[in-house]
Amino acid sequence: MTITKLMGSAALALLPMAGAALAQDAAAPELPACENCADSMVIMSWGGAYQNSQLKAYVEPYIAATGITVTWDESSNEAIAKLRAAQEAGNMPFDLVDVEGPDAQRACDEGLAVEIDHDEVLAPGDDGSAPTEDFGDSIINDCYLPQIYFSTTFGYRTDVAEWNGATPDDICDVFDIEAFPGMRSLQASPKKNLEWALICDGVAAEDVYDVLDEDGGVERALAKLDTIKDSTIWWTAGAETPQLLADKEVVMGSTYNGRLFSVIAEQNQPVEMLWDYQNFDFDGWIVPAGLSEDRMNRVMHFARFATDTQRLADQAKYIAYGPARASSQPLVSTHADLGIEMAPHMPTNPDNMKNYLVNNIEWWADNQDEVEATFQNWLAQ
Amino acid sequence: MLQASQTAPFVEFDRVQKSYDGQTLVVKDLNLSIPRGEFLTMLGPSGSGKTTTLMMLAGFETATHGEIRLGGRNINDVPPHKRGIGMVFQNYALFPHMSVAENLAFPLEVRKMDKAERDAKVRRALDMVQMGQFANRRPAQLSGGQQQRIALARALVFEPELVLMDEPLGALDKQLREHMQFEIKHLHDRLGITVVYVTHDQTEALTMSDRVAVFNDGIVQQLAPPDELYEAPVNSFVAQFIGENNTLEGIVTALDREKCVVRLDSGDEIDAKPVNVSRVGDRTRVSIRPERVEFNKARLRPDAHTLRARVEEFIYMGDMFRTRLSVAGNDEFVIKSRNAPDQVRLQPGQEIEIGWLPEDCRALDAA
Amino acid sequence: MADATISGGMPAGREARPVASGPVLAADGTPLKASLARSLRRQKARALLLIAPLLLFILATFVLPIGDMLFRSVENRIVGDTLPRTVAALREDTAPVPGEPAFVALYEDLVVAEEYKRHTQLGTRLNYEWGGASSLFRGTGRAVARFGTDVYTDQFQDADPAFEDGAQWAAWMADEAVRAALPETADAYDAWAQFTTEVGNDDPAEEEPGDMVYAALHRDLSAGAQPPGLPAVDVTGFETVSIKELLIEEDDAWGEPEIWNVLRLYAPAYTPGYYLNAVDLQKDLDGVSVRPENDRIYVTLFVRTMIMSLVITGTCILLGYPIAYLLASLPMRTANLLMILVLLPFWTSLLVRTSAWKVLLQQQGVINDILVWAGVVSDANRLVMINNQTGTIIAMTHILLPFMILPLYSVMKGIPPSFVRAAKSLGANDWTAFWRVYFPQSVPGIGAGSILVFILSIGYYITPELVGGTKGVFISNRIAYHISTSLNWGLAAALGTILLAVVLLLYWVYDRLVGIDNVKLGG
Repeated sequence: MTITKLMGSAALALLPMAGAALAQDAAAPELPACENCADSMVIMSWGGAYQNSQLKAYVEPYIAATGITVTWDESSNEAIAKLRAAQEAGNMPFDLVDVEGPDAQRACDEGLAVEIDHDEVLAPGDDGSAPTEDFGDSIINDCYLPQIYFSTTFGYRTDVAEWNGATPDDICDVFDIEAFPGMRSLQASPKKNLEWALICDGVAAEDVYDVLDEDGGVERALAKLDTIKDSTIWWTAGAETPQLLADKEVVMGSTYNGRLFSVIAEQNQPVEMLWDYQNFDFDGWIVPAGLSEDRMNRVMHFARFATDTQRLADQAKYIAYGPARASSQPLVSTHADLGIEMAPHMPTNPDNMKNYLVNNIEWWADNQDEVEATFQNWLAQ
Repeated sequence: MLQASQTAPFVEFDRVQKSYDGQTLVVKDLNLSIPRGEFLTMLGPSGSGKTTTLMMLAGFETATHGEIRLGGRNINDVPPHKRGIGMVFQNYALFPHMSVAENLAFPLEVRKMDKAERDAKVRRALDMVQMGQFANRRPAQLSGGQQQRIALARALVFEPELVLMDEPLGALDKQLREHMQFEIKHLHDRLGITVVYVTHDQTEALTMSDRVAVFNDGIVQQLAPPDELYEAPVNSFVAQFIGENNTLEGIVTALDREKCVVRLDSGDEIDAKPVNVSRVGDRTRVSIRPERVEFNKARLRPDAHTLRARVEEFIYMGDMFRTRLSVAGNDEFVIKSRNAPDQVRLQPGQEIEIGWLPEDCRALDAA
Repeated sequence: MADATISGGMPAGREARPVASGPVLAADGTPLKASLARSLRRQKARALLLIAPLLLFILATFVLPIGDMLFRSVENRIVGDTLPRTVAALREDTAPVPGEPAFVALYEDLVVAEEYKRHTQLGTRLNYEWGGASSLFRGTGRAVARFGTDVYTDQFQDADPAFEDGAQWAAWMADEAVRAALPETADAYDAWAQFTTEVGNDDPAEEEPGDMVYAALHRDLSAGAQPPGLPAVDVTGFETVSIKELLIEEDDAWGEPEIWNVLRLYAPAYTPGYYLNAVDLQKDLDGVSVRPENDRIYVTLFVRTMIMSLVITGTCILLGYPIAYLLASLPMRTANLLMILVLLPFWTSLLVRTSAWKVLLQQQGVINDILVWAGVVSDANRLVMINNQTGTIIAMTHILLPFMILPLYSVMKGIPPSFVRAAKSLGANDWTAFWRVYFPQSVPGIGAGSILVFILSIGYYITPELVGGTKGVFISNRIAYHISTSLNWGLAAALGTILLAVVLLLYWVYDRLVGIDNVKLGG
């Protein structure tokens, strides 16, 4: 009994490494059998480099192991709308949906996602820790299966002649049209923009959400954004800022840090990161409500595999986002193609974390509707 | 008619050539003089160059070579709207978005005529074609004949001296067409204008014209008054093209100024009038009009050559009888006889003898 | 003469029949009309059968969705469905901030809604009308589950342990006499039992009822109810809580009139609210008023959409007319080749074409590069041709140009060259011949092309979205935003309906001015 147990844990410890080796050869890792499981899945994700990291790190290995077919739907941008429409139509086409933290909260609040017993569904850490322990705070609600944490931050071009050699090193340089002239790109969404605007309007980072809660708080942030509104291109897809930077259409712009990593490390563009007040957010899976039993079984089978210690560590080989599991952190190694150390490019690297914000998911869940409406009206005027 | 042809030429084509593609000539060396007041018809099959000639006169096509003169003035480089030539088009070309009166007023308007004068002229022109009560209609609300009259009135309202007509009656039914032929003819006579008329309908050409120019292959084959054209075609194309015609082919065996003898391919010999043959031994095609063939021996000259013929078909046509015969190996030989009380109705299968006056049988080129 | 021929050919007897004597009869004596109808019926049935697949397709993909859209633009059942008790209570209580009963009703409604997770949707819905409703309902929904109403639960259970027993409760609530005596309790219990079964998948008879049932029991008993069979409990000494106070404590907004006004205004199952919103108005207690200035965007957007669509139509006419004229006057073979070039854009994906415009028009793009190279503009003053109205107009003109050229071409193709020749022979110079004779006849083509281009551009949204920035977007982008991002489908439907109405109105005006039979898509 003891011996088998020991052997079991040894096997457990070895398995991830074997899995990693196999995954790279696109061979099948060993998986427990899936009983009464659908043989296809529709996964909604973000497209681009991020989806590619998911594909490489665990979707392709999973397909190799099980032979199921996976269809991608690249509309995580409007996940909640799609889920609600599907629910109204009584026909849920998606099996697993990749969303950011706040959207996970909304989906959970509105009954669009199923609640999950994390300790039962997720695999324990390869150090044997219980999932709830291993994931810790990144389990932001009952419906959410954590994957990574990422940050939204700025990139800037290093070859802007008008700057006379100066480079932005402060988030408020984004709002400084005098010192750093040129177009910016910001997300066409109030999230993060309002926080940055307030910080640069003199609000302390810890007071940002209190000020936003006050009457006129949102307006104050918008007034600050007004100062650069005419110099801003508003993006809706994360790939836009890297493209705009590469095309020299903007001199600085916000986007997800992984996208900027691609521009800098993979495409060797003259772009640098501005980590100041990077805004941390969570990204993970939710499982839509209303799946049939076989589809639900398949999704859970996949989710257990895709969020295990090795798989999350593998994902960091392809994109500079931090795995949501503590046990994955030590396994983060070098980039799959470039061979460079990924750790310095992670948002959690201490050098990058001198100032930072953590997205207040609860506040946004509560206030998204009204702030979004105000923001969109402001944008359209 | 004779008077008209004696006056100085009003329209002149002088060695005019036209090519569209730089390889073939559509009009080859055209020389044509039209005196003032003449009704000249250009007749010919499609592609013969008659419409191109008309379009060159109107100014819509430019001559590749040669000179076109109007009233003695070279008009080669005069744009159409400055030529002052009235024109009636095949499909009338009435402006559909304008009323009849507006259509008629258009040429006056572009000549900056004042409204009162314009209205008077429009009214007069409409009355001239008996269309006075249709002034406010749209062209689409008129019948084909009515549209035709309006097109005519519009071409005349600005009182051009020369009016061109490009198959203006082609779209009308037979009865209306015949009626309009007379109307156009009368208008011409009354107004004393010069008309150049294009048609491929030979009856129309014969009915209306002072002279007819028969076009073929870019060349005027014959330019003559209708009766001459019909009775004295100068070559076998004209003979074939104008009216119905019987042809027999053979070789000239004897020839003098007034008469020649032709030995047909069947071996029979006939008398003919030499028109387009120059010496004994020439191959020729003789042409005889169906109404000039006689089968009543009593009416033939005693010394006339006759041919044996077999009746193939008898067709009753009301005013005429039309009998198809087999003569000297040609079984498409047609004779026409007037439906008179004493007229014989031939029966198919009957063997008869036919003959004609030598001057009615014209020995033409073999082409 | 024609008449004479026809009447002459008719049999005398039939012609002689006086018309006034009745319907014309067929040969067998049946009325001619009936006989004609019968002979046509088969034909009609066959025709109907032939178009049936298309008819069904259009019905399913066009008529029904539009009907659904019209319905959604006024539908508002969510308030009445989610807060039925509150809506009923507000009918009785017209005070700006209602009294305790309305708060109690709201509390019960929210407890139920929270179980079904409907309160967030309601909050989202009401947030369209009153910013703040969403967070209010979310927050309150979270709070009602741990409200201080458990004081009643504890006191009842302390008074008699029978009150802890789910089975006992089930028995009481099955008794008609008890239900009649305790109307509020019965109502609260039913609601609790229903969500316990449906959401929790539990048997109510095995569960201890929720706090709101005990609160309701307290209200019934305080009102002097004497239910048969229940343990006699004297509630006069009970510690009480005011639900009104609890709710206001949770969120001040419940103590202000605004939210209650919104609830009263949007209680009915159908509302003009979305339409008012769509034209920058809002409903309030006094009727209708204009929205605050920074909420007013739709009228501007509608006007902008119209103006930009007109500009696009105009540029399409200016660019398309000469091309169509050229196509129509060239020999067939050359024209066909050019036509392929005109149609080429149709064979490329819209997204690709629009993205290509991005590359061309952007500040570091091809056009600016050429202009800088040619010295037309300086490097520092590159033209901004994208992410604004210019970008939208350029890209949309390009995309919609074929829709202008095709009808123009086919109309021009049908104008015989003899018209212009006739005009010239009548003395008109080239310009007069074109302007007075050719152009008027090509107007139907311009009309058809304009209608096509204008209506297409009014509804366009991909291109403005990609190249229009914030100033070059259309009302349709707003509709798309409400459909896919804000999820305000009612407002999207109202905006869409207004857009549809505007298009129909313009169509009608066009018909009056130009005449729709003057529109030709082909010669």
